[in-house]
Amino acid sequence: MARTILETKDINKSFPGTQANQNVSIRLEEGEVLALLGENGAGKSTLMNIIYGLYNQDDGEIWLDGKPYAINEPHDAIAAGIGMVHQHFMLIPVFTVLENIMLGAEVANGPFLDKAEARKRIIALSQDYGLEVDPDAIVEELPVGIQQRVEILKALFREVKILILDEPTAVLTPQETEELFVIMRNLTKQGVSIVFITHKLKEVLAIADRIVIMRRGKVVGETRPSEVNEHDLANMMVGREVILQVEKAAAQPGEALFEIEGLSIHDAAQLHSVNNVSFTVRAGEILGLAGVQGNGQTELAEAITGLRHYNSGTVRIAGEVMPQTNPRKQVQHGMAHIPEDRHKHGLILQDPLTDNFVLCTYNQPPFAHRGVRDRQAIYENAVELIQRFDVRTSSALTPAGDLSGGNQQKVIVGRELSRDVKVVIANQPTRGLDVGSIEYIHRTLVRLRDEGAAVLLISSELDEILSLSDRIAVMYRGQIVSTLNAAEASREEIGLLMAGSAQRTMEAEAA
Amino acid sequence: MRRLAANQAVQEAKTAVEDQTPSQKNWLSAALQTLQEPSKNIWYAVRIPLIAIILALLVGAVILALSGADPIVAYQALFRGAFGSARYIQRTLEKATPLIFAGLAVAFGFKAGIFNIGAQGQLLMGALTAGFVGFAVKGLPPAIHIPLALVSGAVAGALFGAIPGALRAYSGAHEVITTIMLNYVAINITDYLSDGPLKDTSPGNIVARLPLIEPSAKIPLLGPVPVGFIIALVVAGLIAYVLERTTFGFEINSVGLNPHASTYAGMKTKLLIVSALVVSGLLAGVGGAVETQGVVGRFQPGFNTGLGFDGLTVALLGRNNPFGVILAALLLGAMRGGANLMQFDAKVSANIIDVIQGLMLLFVTADVLIRTVFRLRKDKTSEISLTTSWGGK
Repeated sequence: MARTILETKDINKSFPGTQANQNVSIRLEEGEVLALLGENGAGKSTLMNIIYGLYNQDDGEIWLDGKPYAINEPHDAIAAGIGMVHQHFMLIPVFTVLENIMLGAEVANGPFLDKAEARKRIIALSQDYGLEVDPDAIVEELPVGIQQRVEILKALFREVKILILDEPTAVLTPQETEELFVIMRNLTKQGVSIVFITHKLKEVLAIADRIVIMRRGKVVGETRPSEVNEHDLANMMVGREVILQVEKAAAQPGEALFEIEGLSIHDAAQLHSVNNVSFTVRAGEILGLAGVQGNGQTELAEAITGLRHYNSGTVRIAGEVMPQTNPRKQVQHGMAHIPEDRHKHGLILQDPLTDNFVLCTYNQPPFAHRGVRDRQAIYENAVELIQRFDVRTSSALTPAGDLSGGNQQKVIVGRELSRDVKVVIANQPTRGLDVGSIEYIHRTLVRLRDEGAAVLLISSELDEILSLSDRIAVMYRGQIVSTLNAAEASREEIGLLMAGSAQRTMEAEAA
Repeated sequence: MRRLAANQAVQEAKTAVEDQTPSQKNWLSAALQTLQEPSKNIWYAVRIPLIAIILALLVGAVILALSGADPIVAYQALFRGAFGSARYIQRTLEKATPLIFAGLAVAFGFKAGIFNIGAQGQLLMGALTAGFVGFAVKGLPPAIHIPLALVSGAVAGALFGAIPGALRAYSGAHEVITTIMLNYVAINITDYLSDGPLKDTSPGNIVARLPLIEPSAKIPLLGPVPVGFIIALVVAGLIAYVLERTTFGFEINSVGLNPHASTYAGMKTKLLIVSALVVSGLLAGVGGAVETQGVVGRFQPGFNTGLGFDGLTVALLGRNNPFGVILAALLLGAMRGGANLMQFDAKVSANIIDVIQGLMLLFVTADVLIRTVFRLRKDKTSEISLTTSWGGK
């Protein structure tokens, strides 16, 4: 058996209202990829933050190389050769790659920075581990996948032996994920041990040497990829039978509820980020909008939900033309919007759940009468929605920021879908969520469709598009290059359309 | 049809809630329950300002000792000078009154994510306008003249606050820059008017100032308590109500915490930014008017210097809470009120008060330092967000 390099012994950590870690003992062997699998809120990130010194455990020990080691702050962890790449990158956007990597570990020549020496070391590291990156590029101009490499290089520059990757694939395209796996393999070959935090089952099976599964703060199992399949993992993670496939009847499309016609957005450089886009979503159908991130979906979604100005085109809900940048009017006409970025648009993290549940209806009865808010009505509403949408929280007055990502998303979904909605715009509704929450949100979207809502699903996860949509529109460079009937569309065909290599303009018939 | 299904689900949820005992059904009892959490109780909210005040007084004592005075004698005199007699108490309250208004003005801005450094200028405009209405309008009964002058001061402050508000909302010019510059505009306008068109023309006057206001515009005393102070308390309560209970207050808080989510929620964020600065300017303007009508008796440049900036200290010490603002304003008012006696008894310069006040501001804003030294846990939800546009999210 390989040498155990890192071990946690009976770690306990509680936050007000939750026991985030309960007697958690895990073991990391030298040169392996250990996947830490669990739903959001299972305590994976808490454990890693304890190991990295961002939190201190209530009790329990961390052992390194067979000896107990006190980690009180990240500095201790870095000194012990532990590096962490967070889900949200800790980079300074306007600095170059070189400057970001040096930051906090400056190579000095007397009082001066020795950039030449640092550059040499970075280039050497890039070559050793196959992490290609231009040291002089400005970080904010790099794609997300490359920014992640910079984070990994940052850790390697500090000569880490243990690398913690917190949900590293959440922001990556399938191709970038493949590249990351190659890099991870290179790292382990050279003796780096990796803890890979995730909830994506396919990835765990593809890359892990060993899998530890956590549920509600406890370790509930340990296994190897050769011994299990996706279904087993999902069941272990959620603690019950999980149906990975969405079951739905054939769509019964009705009247056109949401119509976009000739919509174009010019950005600052007068380029078309969205170029003459038209589509219709009918009552009782789900239209999936597929495409690689950065092909105009974000801009389009913001424009059609009233968050962004567009240069030409019209947006109609149930036949009525919507004025520009007026989300309230669209909500009044029956729009529900699950925004792409839940922290930016979806929630006010410092506010309690009560207020977040009425974010769009705070000024309407029963939540307010003549400008005065009714706290009891707001509270009752929150308690109801917490129950109905299975939000895990200690109280309705807990700040939204204290919830796990999955539960935050349930708050948004609960808020938006509990209204009497005609049009649902769900933009990356399950990004970063666990299997249980994904299942729940998918079922909810299908239920709304069956109840006669027009659903527009925007997602960069092709699996999600394929399993939910009745029709699929593919976006490439600001245009919809094709609209297909989901029943006839193949994964390969859509993949090619997303990559822009097949220009097909055949319009599939809705019925 | 969908509404029916939703209602049914709501009904089911209601039954489920009733079945579940630990969850509170009542808002008030749930809120009281959260107060029992260590991160929500009163001590938790006041500890940083309290430590800042004590530290400032301690460092102030060291400075007093170094300058040859007995700190204990000095602080005793300061306390007596602030609260030792009815006359002293009256002075303390007089000093605290404009500070409450200025503190509320800054705090209201902070709530909306706006850093209103222009409270000083808005206060000056309010003080001048109230002074003008106070002397130029004659023959009104006090019941009309007093509120008229107050309201005109409020309007002047509000208009002067609307300028940086509109600049911020519609052109993106940052309010920190524009309000600082508008402070100079206000100083120059008031200086010019009090040495020019509106100058006190009574025989022998060579000072740049406005004439005395009519007695009918003067805010009276109620025993030792200036009525202006009572107005300040009422306004603070009103602001607390607006922020806590009204939809407008919710909008102001939301814009301050997350302008993107506010836009998403359909709030008119630009208009809200203007409104926040209008209300902020209005409060500062009333503060100036109360000072003119209740204490000085006329507008005279130099008499209101620094009040707007003290408002910043008051807001931060009071953690942007209207009731905290009252307490902080009383503290600063007491220090200002007691300074004379301290100067007399302990033979130290009254300027030491400025030093102590500066230290308070320093310590309360350097709360990271305090947390580290006193090993207090970070409280991530009630962090004061100073501005949303300067490096904020």
